[in-house]
Amino acid sequence: MVVSFVEIGLEAGRRWQELTAGERPWIRIGTALCGEAAGAFEVTDAVESELASQGVSAKVSRVGCLGLCFAEPLLDVQLPGGHRIFYGNVDPEGVAEIVSAHVAGGTPVTAKALGYLAQNGSDAPVPDGIPDLDQHPMRIWEDRIVLRNAGNIDPMDIHQYVANGGYQALHKALIDLDREQTLDEVKASGLRGRGGAAFPTATKWSFLAGNPAPEKYVLCNCEEGDPGAFNDKNILESDPGTLVEGVIIAGYATGASKGYIFIRHGHNGPIDRCRAAVDQARELGFLGENIMGTDFSYEIEVALTGDSYVAGEESALMEAIEGKRAMPRFRPPFPAQVGLFGKPTNINNVKTLAYVPEIVSKGGEWFAGIGHDTSTGTVILCLTGPLKYTGMVEVPLGINLKDVINEAAGGVQDGKTLKFLQTGGPLGGVLGADSIDILLDFEILRAAGAIVGSGGLIAADESACIVDMTRSLISFCQYESCGKCFPCRMGMSHLLEVLERICRLEGTSEDLALMRNIGENMQAGSLCGHGQLGFNPVSSALRYFGPEFDAHITDRICPTGTCLAPRYSPAQTRR
Amino acid sequence: MSGLEQRIHDAVHGQTQPTVTVLSSLLAVEDELGYIPKEALDFVAGFSNATVNDVWAVASFYPNFRFEPPSEHVVEVCWGASCHVVGAMGVFKSVLEAAGLEDEGDTLDRRLTVRLNTCLGACSQAPVMSMDHHLAGRTNPDSAAKNVAHLLEEEAHGR
Ligand SMILES: Cc1cc2nc3c(=O)[nH]c(=O)nc-3n(C[C@H](O)[C@H](O)[C@H](O)COP(=O)(O)O)c2cc1C
Ligand code: SF4
Ligand code: FES
Ligand code: FES
Repeated sequence: MVVSFVEIGLEAGRRWQELTAGERPWIRIGTALCGEAAGAFEVTDAVESELASQGVSAKVSRVGCLGLCFAEPLLDVQLPGGHRIFYGNVDPEGVAEIVSAHVAGGTPVTAKALGYLAQNGSDAPVPDGIPDLDQHPMRIWEDRIVLRNAGNIDPMDIHQYVANGGYQALHKALIDLDREQTLDEVKASGLRGRGGAAFPTATKWSFLAGNPAPEKYVLCNCEEGDPGAFNDKNILESDPGTLVEGVIIAGYATGASKGYIFIRHGHNGPIDRCRAAVDQARELGFLGENIMGTDFSYEIEVALTGDSYVAGEESALMEAIEGKRAMPRFRPPFPAQVGLFGKPTNINNVKTLAYVPEIVSKGGEWFAGIGHDTSTGTVILCLTGPLKYTGMVEVPLGINLKDVINEAAGGVQDGKTLKFLQTGGPLGGVLGADSIDILLDFEILRAAGAIVGSGGLIAADESACIVDMTRSLISFCQYESCGKCFPCRMGMSHLLEVLERICRLEGTSEDLALMRNIGENMQAGSLCGHGQLGFNPVSSALRYFGPEFDAHITDRICPTGTCLAPRYSPAQTRR
Repeated sequence: MSGLEQRIHDAVHGQTQPTVTVLSSLLAVEDELGYIPKEALDFVAGFSNATVNDVWAVASFYPNFRFEPPSEHVVEVCWGASCHVVGAMGVFKSVLEAAGLEDEGDTLDRRLTVRLNTCLGACSQAPVMSMDHHLAGRTNPDSAAKNVAHLLEEEAHGR
């Protein structure tokens, strides 16, 4: 029997009320990949065994990520009808006290609390002596659109997503808007792709919408092989419903018949949570035949790839879904004409599609009002390296990069100073510490030799060597080159050879010119972005740190000593 | 049918997703066996109506596939940029020493495989390593060596 959307919403609301203001306290534990690495599974086990041994009744949920990775393992306690009180860097031994004093006794362990988050609709007084987490440097700059539910809801329970407004955008698109009006909202939002190239999303969708073929596909790209970026996987771990709803709306607006969500094999947290969100959406009638009683029918499949960074390139991704080697295709024809299995196809990044539900709900104009110039909306940044606060923040575009690093991330830790920032993944660039007083905007960053890219921001302090970092990035690019075209395949190997030589302090005076020459050939002659952009790490490093290269080549010293330590890179197995 | 062939057959036929391909079949075998034996290349070729050559082309492209039985344990160390800037090389060196290896590979007694990984996905907890696919973050050379020793010890106690 098909239940109406109103009934689903009522049931979801009733369940949410039960969770937040029912009989039992609610304990939520961050268990995204970063939480796991910090020991969240051990903490979860400790919570469950303490509840059992102390005979305390509470609901325990594994949620995604609040973005405060530096404080992981992170858990919070919400007493019925109360506010959420968070404990950071929890170790399993500390759990007994939290359970006895707070969960059972109703009194927070103030000395150990990281902060509280006030809950809408709660009339409980805010806790004494515990800071407001919304005033934390990492949260104060934020405007959470995609991440609005992250860390708040159980990603394996679609009812929690629905209780927080989930699937209202799909309902609005299907019932109140037609396909064209839905596309118009995305157009009005000015949304641009978050997978790297920042291409206007509505323009891309209109190519597919304009193709009258009966079978058309929407692909969601969660390959995310960039070291230093984990925001796509994190969205799937924290709030897969937002993405699934976005993929369905994209299918509606473009007239597609099926969506694919493409994830790298082995990342089981994101894969399992995404699969559950798709299956539950089908159970509630948000996928399948005649969705919400309309003539729109649509399916989503989760497809897996093997390890390959280039599989994230849009045409290589289609090859991988078809089960082949992930090697890019020649274009034209473009995907909107001949794509997956020869059918017209549209490819978007996870973040791009995850913005869509809120854009449809609140209107394109609202989204366009956030951001800077033609860089509308927010950007989701992964802050890593030796920073005080590492983690993930969603901030409006147009924010000053120096505020992100010095304020939100709390600057470099241990009293050291920032040397450079590596931005936008391995095909992005570096920015010297003196150049970070700059607005985060797609065009401004590109002009500075860096890119927003996937949103990775890797900081390095004065102990890092720029030549070593460049070598490491090119080593990655060389390892990942798919080998289809020779300017990239040979160019990467040649660049790496030269950089290895410079790191061994055996570089020659011609080496910089030689690398520039190789880089020009790669840019001009490569088939895909991997080779075309693959010189960026070198060119941006030379732009900001020429003298450090000279020191290695001319003076034969590595000023930081990094290059004297042993180096390893993975064995070449890609044949 | 041998036990191995049966497991390959069941893994490939057990796929429930609508889009079944050479790659998805190989991934299913790898999940089941931890490696791709020659028998699997033959079986997937027959199953997919492809040549063994076609299947080998796919299998050899993706470095997650290995072609020899796995060791009892696998330790991976992240080699990505976020981990690199905070000391991944030192962590890897220490793991190699604890394992008695010179570089990536299997120990002679096949108790341990050590690999580099391009990004384990927990970059905010760098440097990251994994023991039998369980992540550990904020490692240093000492803790990494302990993690390896602990993994090998656990096994000894289990016997
Ligand atoms: C080598 C290479 C790797 C890429 N990897 C990814 C990736 O992991 N995820 C992604 O969304 N886009 C990736 N891209 C960009 C995609 O080709 C494509 O532009 C993007 O998925 C389009 O989505 P968008 O319009 O929403 O940005 C990659 C591009 C190249 C050249
Ligand atoms: S540029 Fe590099 S990654 Fe792209 S097709 Fe050519 S060899 Fe492959
Ligand atoms: S707080 Fe979880 S990805 Fe980090
Ligand atoms: S770079 Fe090491 S976990 Fe991502």
